[in-house]
Amino acid sequence: MSLKTIKLDDHVIACQEGDSVLDALLRDNIDIPYHCRRGVCQSCMIRSLDDAPPAASQNGLTDVLQHQNYFLACLCYPEQDMTISLNSPKDFFTEMTVIDKKLLNLDILSLTLKCNTPLNYYAGQFVNLKRHDGLQRSYSIANNHLLNTDSLTLHIRKLKGGLFSEWAHQELAVGDTIDISDSQGLCYYLPNQLDQNLMLIGTGSGLAPLLGIISEALHQGHSGDIHLFHGSREVEGLYLIEEMQQLTQQYQNFYYTPCLSSDTLSNGFAKGRSHDVAMSSISSLKDWRIYLCGHPDMVHQAKRQAFLKGAAIQNIYADAFHVGTALAK
Amino acid sequence: MTETTTLYEQLGGEAAVNAAVDIFYRKVLSDYRINRFFDDVNMAQQAAKQKAFLTMAFGGPHNYTGEDMRKGHAHLVKLGLDDSHFDAVMENLGATLAELNVPQELIAQVAAIGESTRNDVLGR
Repeated sequence: MSLKTIKLDDHVIACQEGDSVLDALLRDNIDIPYHCRRGVCQSCMIRSLDDAPPAASQNGLTDVLQHQNYFLACLCYPEQDMTISLNSPKDFFTEMTVIDKKLLNLDILSLTLKCNTPLNYYAGQFVNLKRHDGLQRSYSIANNHLLNTDSLTLHIRKLKGGLFSEWAHQELAVGDTIDISDSQGLCYYLPNQLDQNLMLIGTGSGLAPLLGIISEALHQGHSGDIHLFHGSREVEGLYLIEEMQQLTQQYQNFYYTPCLSSDTLSNGFAKGRSHDVAMSSISSLKDWRIYLCGHPDMVHQAKRQAFLKGAAIQNIYADAFHVGTALAK
Repeated sequence: MTETTTLYEQLGGEAAVNAAVDIFYRKVLSDYRINRFFDDVNMAQQAAKQKAFLTMAFGGPHNYTGEDMRKGHAHLVKLGLDDSHFDAVMENLGATLAELNVPQELIAQVAAIGESTRNDVLGR
């Protein structure tokens, strides 16, 4: 009577009344990691591909994970038939056309791509770009989906010897097409607490996802303070400085601090690494939401600093840019 | 009146664990005696582990075995994890509960459960 079915790839699994999704999967010998079976360890986190899972099965997950319909199999007693996935979303690629290409500074290219169908993405997420020979790289989305449902803007930093970035800078041209994956990642804005203070720290092209998040927050009428810290070694590494300064004129709750970590002192710039400047500027981050994007060392250190300053772990959103495998010999 | 409430219930159950976990983890990360053991961990995963540990120490539902404790800490024992570090963690646990105004007799019960893991954690 109350048997529910669970669809997983090509399997259809029966879930008896009183059984959790984890029980049902294990009974069918599906290989799923699990440990505590009580919703504590989160080893058995999986994703619903159709409807939202029962609220009780999302207990303890961050709001973005809940928003993406992730849930804990051990706590999930299905209320209806479900379709689930054990893996991160497969890459579905859509062909898009380059409609704009311009340099934001010496090394960072702004690339805008247009699609014929509306896209489903959140600013701050990332997409994978696939060149026609299969070479792939991930880039963050810098624009706001509320304003552009059919285009994406990405910031591509030229890495010395970078196979993809050098090609994108030098050869990819307006009018060319390229395959773009569905958007991924959990570092994005949700309008669920408009009065929460936000701190955003980015290094280099880590500004890209933060710009999208800020644009979306302001567009949603975010009323809490929004503090952006953008860091680089030298002033040449920063970009969109005037645009950010203009935004502070336009929105009273938006604050912008460009930071330079080199020894040279420059007027209008804070001296020091962006996360150090940010952390010393505010005495407590209790109840703040923190976004960190850029160099992995910065992200790692800033996470700990923010937590020790009072931010809750579930309020720290991060996207570390790893470039180790992107370099040619 | 019933006297059968468990330690976990007396402490306040999952809500109490949630209140304690960030305070406890902040104390551990700020403690120069032990924070080097946490330098390379993923903080979100570590927080989930801290929550599982506190749930156990609070007398709550858990599936921890001595074997899990051994495996989970073996790499740290190689790095020199010893009694002094275990003592420091226990001290932070006690201070966390004191900060949350948990009565002394309950703190003693939590400490006793924590203490029972010492030999497994230290791989003896």
